[in-house]
Amino acid sequence: MDVTHTKPPITHADKPPVTGAGPLNGLLTWVDQRFPLVALWREHAADYYAPKNFNFWYYFGSLAMLVLVIQIVTGIFLVMHYKPDAAQAFASVEYIMRDVPFGWLVRYMHSTGASAFFIVIYLHMFRGLLYGSYRRPRELVWIVGMLIYLMLMAEAFFGYLLPWGQMSYWGAQVIVNLFDALPLIGPDLSLWIRGDYVVSDATLNRFFSFHVIAIPLVLLGLVGAHIMALHEVGSNNPDGVEIKANLGPDGHPVDGIRFHPYYTVKDTFGVMVFLAIFAIVMFFMPEFGGYFLEYNNFIPADPLKTPSHIAPVWYFTPYYSILRATTSEFTYVLAAAVIGYTVLIWRSDYGRAAKAVAAIVAVVLLVGFFTIDAKVWGVALMGLAVLVFLLLPWLDVSPVKSIRYKGPLYKTALGLFVVVFLVLGYFGTQPVTDTGTRLSQLCTLLYFAFFLLMPWYSRMDRTTPPPSRLTH
Amino acid sequence: MSDQELDDGKRRFLLTATTVASGVAACAAGVPFVASMLPSERAKAAGAPVEADISQLAPGQKMIVEWRGKPVWIVRRTPEMLKAIETDDTKVADPESKRSQQPDYAKNEYRSLKPDYLVVVGICTHLGCSPVDRFAAQPEAFETDWHGGFYCPCHGSLFDLAGRVYKNKPAPDNLTVPPYKFLADTKLVIGEDTKGA
Repeated sequence: MDVTHTKPPITHADKPPVTGAGPLNGLLTWVDQRFPLVALWREHAADYYAPKNFNFWYYFGSLAMLVLVIQIVTGIFLVMHYKPDAAQAFASVEYIMRDVPFGWLVRYMHSTGASAFFIVIYLHMFRGLLYGSYRRPRELVWIVGMLIYLMLMAEAFFGYLLPWGQMSYWGAQVIVNLFDALPLIGPDLSLWIRGDYVVSDATLNRFFSFHVIAIPLVLLGLVGAHIMALHEVGSNNPDGVEIKANLGPDGHPVDGIRFHPYYTVKDTFGVMVFLAIFAIVMFFMPEFGGYFLEYNNFIPADPLKTPSHIAPVWYFTPYYSILRATTSEFTYVLAAAVIGYTVLIWRSDYGRAAKAVAAIVAVVLLVGFFTIDAKVWGVALMGLAVLVFLLLPWLDVSPVKSIRYKGPLYKTALGLFVVVFLVLGYFGTQPVTDTGTRLSQLCTLLYFAFFLLMPWYSRMDRTTPPPSRLTH
Repeated sequence: MSDQELDDGKRRFLLTATTVASGVAACAAGVPFVASMLPSERAKAAGAPVEADISQLAPGQKMIVEWRGKPVWIVRRTPEMLKAIETDDTKVADPESKRSQQPDYAKNEYRSLKPDYLVVVGICTHLGCSPVDRFAAQPEAFETDWHGGFYCPCHGSLFDLAGRVYKNKPAPDNLTVPPYKFLADTKLVIGEDTKGA
């Protein structure tokens, strides 16, 4: 073979040496010539220009990452002592709590972290609703974020079975039976998920596998994708105006500042405040009045006896309320709502095809409401209540992104939505009462109205023109 | 490098063929993994019938036996309880158990082989919680005109003393009656009946 090396060596001479790292310059130069170290650092930190007016609401993204790290690290150490076996699981958790040195701390860190994760994520999502962070061009940032939220729910659900207490057991029983309601494939699907005719050792073992391997891997991948998508399009801000529209002579947005050091310092402050609150909860009220760790879960799982009051952990309760609110008489209300919504679509200026699709969907739903059990619709509504968030980028047609420039309609709608979400969450923790069911039904309608009526009220709203530069 | 001209059609064909073949192989490789999550032979074998001794069961009392990992309730009903069931006919969704699951010999008003003994799987047909006893006929928070029965704490479904679900509750069906038979007056076997179901 007559191979002649005409090409120059690729990287070594081209890349300038790393400077500014003192005695590590040599090592980092060596690495950088073999791995895009400096380029990655620049792209995601030092040369990532973020809007200069980030406020309180912008802490929760980095806090979510912090909690993810806490959960992974504490999880690694819990797995060293935990036994995923129906006969030993409950006792092994108690063993961690009593006999393992600092086992109680690691476990409380993990259980407090689970609730903290959802608090942080809900606030992070609320920030998106406030400032229109889901709007073009950030649709994928939002969608990947919603997938993270879904995975987080799965992770929390699988993890909650592991202590094998009464709430673990019956919570899993209820949620797996949700799939039972699906037409045709339902019973086989739930059997396949459980791996047994009831929640049992087989179920515990596979949930352990999902909780410690499968879902965390997916979560990490999605978090990477979330950040990459965000850094591709750039961060939104409380004014909802694009800083990339105003570039300075250096090619960087005039209203942008480097993520590092400006926001790394700001986020460090947030981390300290967060960790202080986290520590107070973890040390002094790890059960948080039965909301973070439910009292019934200190009783070992008993397949023959459901606890007299069963409720999921607080972060699932809004959806749980929607599930419970869907009784057979509520399907009449749903039918009326579907008819009303279809009429609304027909009277608006949508194309003929859209109207036809709406009519067909309405007919299918109406037939379904009166032929398929209310139980199925409860499950469907619960699922849709989560999935409907995915549509937000297309439901919001307001000319402005941020609530600062939106009108009274959106402000009212969002305020009402927050109230509805909290009310649903509250009733989800309570035993069933007639008043509770009625209010949950009302809130279920309002919950969906917030999303499904958005194309109308966000268009009609009296918005004010946003500034061309950031305000603060 | 050869001087042969690029055959784009051939390349595309090979690409498609490789994609399809590996797609099929990937799906086939998924089968054992998906199948491994089905109930194991051991789990299937655990479904054997169980015997229950009801000699100690006093009228108005309930006992629970475990069958296939599920609680099976045996309630010895008093004449008042049976009368209460008759008055519940208008309140329950499926009084004649037309769409509910039970063996033919339990498809009657009392949903049982012998009216005195109710045998049902104590799992709510909504989402699988185990309802709790509320046998006393007295006003309850969930129903003022209550004749006794079972209350599901999870989502508020109500069942009468024949395991029939109340109207307008999340549970769609009456409680399931398992196949069972009496071996003697005080001995039941659950999971097996005379027809060998």
